Amino acid sequence: MRYMMLIHNDDEAYATAPQEVYAEWAAFNEALNKADAVPGLRLKEASAATTVRSRNGKTDVLDGPYIEAREQLAGYFIIDVPSLDEAIAWAQRCPSVKYGSIEIRPIVDPHS
Amino acid sequence: MGGVTSAAHPVKRGNEASRAAERVARESYGRLVAFLAARTRDVAGAEDALAEAFAAALKSWPADGVPANPDAWLLTVARRRQADAARRRQTRQAGEEHLKMMADEMEEAAGSAGDIPDRRLALMFACAHPAIEKGMRTPLILQAILGLTAQDIAAAFLIPPATMGQRLVRAKSRLKDAGIPFAIPDSDQLTERLDAVLDAIYAAYTKGWAELGEPGAPQLAEEAIWLGRLIVSLLPAEPEAKGMLALMLYAEARRAARRGPDGAYVPLDEQDRDLWDETLMDAAEALLRQANAGGPSGRFQIEAAIQSAHVARLKTGANTWPAILALYDHLLALTQSPVVALNRAAAQGEIEGPIPALAAISPLEGDKRMAGYQPYWALKGHLLRRAGNTAEAHEALTIAMGLSTDAAVRRYLQDQLKSLPSN
Repeated sequence: MRYMMLIHNDDEAYATAPQEVYAEWAAFNEALNKADAVPGLRLKEASAATTVRSRNGKTDVLDGPYIEAREQLAGYFIIDVPSLDEAIAWAQRCPSVKYGSIEIRPIVDPHS
Repeated sequence: MGGVTSAAHPVKRGNEASRAAERVARESYGRLVAFLAARTRDVAGAEDALAEAFAAALKSWPADGVPANPDAWLLTVARRRQADAARRRQTRQAGEEHLKMMADEMEEAAGSAGDIPDRRLALMFACAHPAIEKGMRTPLILQAILGLTAQDIAAAFLIPPATMGQRLVRAKSRLKDAGIPFAIPDSDQLTERLDAVLDAIYAAYTKGWAELGEPGAPQLAEEAIWLGRLIVSLLPAEPEAKGMLALMLYAEARRAARRGPDGAYVPLDEQDRDLWDETLMDAAEALLRQANAGGPSGRFQIEAAIQSAHVARLKTGANTWPAILALYDHLLALTQSPVVALNRAAAQGEIEGPIPALAAISPLEGDKRMAGYQPYWALKGHLLRRAGNTAEAHEALTIAMGLSTDAAVRRYLQDQLKSLPSN
């Protein structure tokens, strides 16, 4: 099963993370790499987001993220593992799990 | 992860009396579930019949004291509740016959209260039957024998509670529908089937062990030891049961020493032996001696013997590494497990040095399961560091750190990384 692991950070909590978090990220990325995971991307803070929607021909451009929430999408990575249990283990290893949450979303297989 | 414990064990944090009450309630509960389910093969039905009574017991016994005949108390409450439920459901035909059968069983049990036949062993064999999915055997036993809720079990297994609930329901339907026998296997099958039961109990212990040090972690280890004592008492002639209980007690005896005052991970050789629990250690040694006297070696007996050799090594300073290596050879021949191969290589590294040990684990390099297996990278990094191969040691220790879920272990590995000579 392929899972997209959506990292939601509490930016405020993350800002207070000790310096070690960078070493933890480096180690985590190395482990992901070894497990043939699709490398993820890190997003800038939610305060840098812009949201666009169109309704009845009128387009709104809003300053800020899609939903105002304490925890905001901060990045993702993709793993291919036998079951949800392994995906949960990867979520647990992710350094951001302590500063927010990891949402595990199964990826739709277009061939099935 | 927080907030699990308080819901999981409402009385656990109380005084000794309430713990004792919980133990008695659990003892009675498991025996009654096993007794009721033995004939109907309906574990869910038996649990339903007893659930409210068990909950009531957990609530009132710690305060009011344990009744003189706990089984009879639970049965009386359960019968009353079941009669209520039957009345409510009177219009529904389906299931009524079954309800009556359950009620008859309870009647019969109440008649002989105090002397209810103990069918828990048969129930455990049913729960760990080969026809039950391996991953569900431990949760089934924890629920049927100990009365743990799906939520508690889910927390320990890191599975969403609803998912665990569904899996348990499915497994119980399977118990009922697939014709799985609620019986103790014949002697020609006993060894193999007992292995599955022991594996299931030990898996509960290792869940409790891995969660160690995390606040709010469910204390499954204690439950597993309770089950271990139960199975030893029910099968006193089986050396493997004793071996498994001994193995759990060796680990349990060292629990307090596994973390430093600041929560840091402390490897076995650096543990403060004053923190070891001597009572548990002695119990483990005694069980292992009995197991060794009882007959041939199985996996648990050998693993317990390895622990005993480590204890002797650390307590007396005797060099027991060759004995440990020989035991791992034996274990590897028995299990063919890559995890055992890894542990064997670690022992080999202590005797022959890091280079032969690295050669021993090199065949595991291509094993896909190792890519995400933290202990493999930790050992590899440790051996490479000793061999002076700094660059590769750095890579392996970094991956081990990235694969750790335990903050204390992560910190330990980071310290190891920092201590590598920079070049």
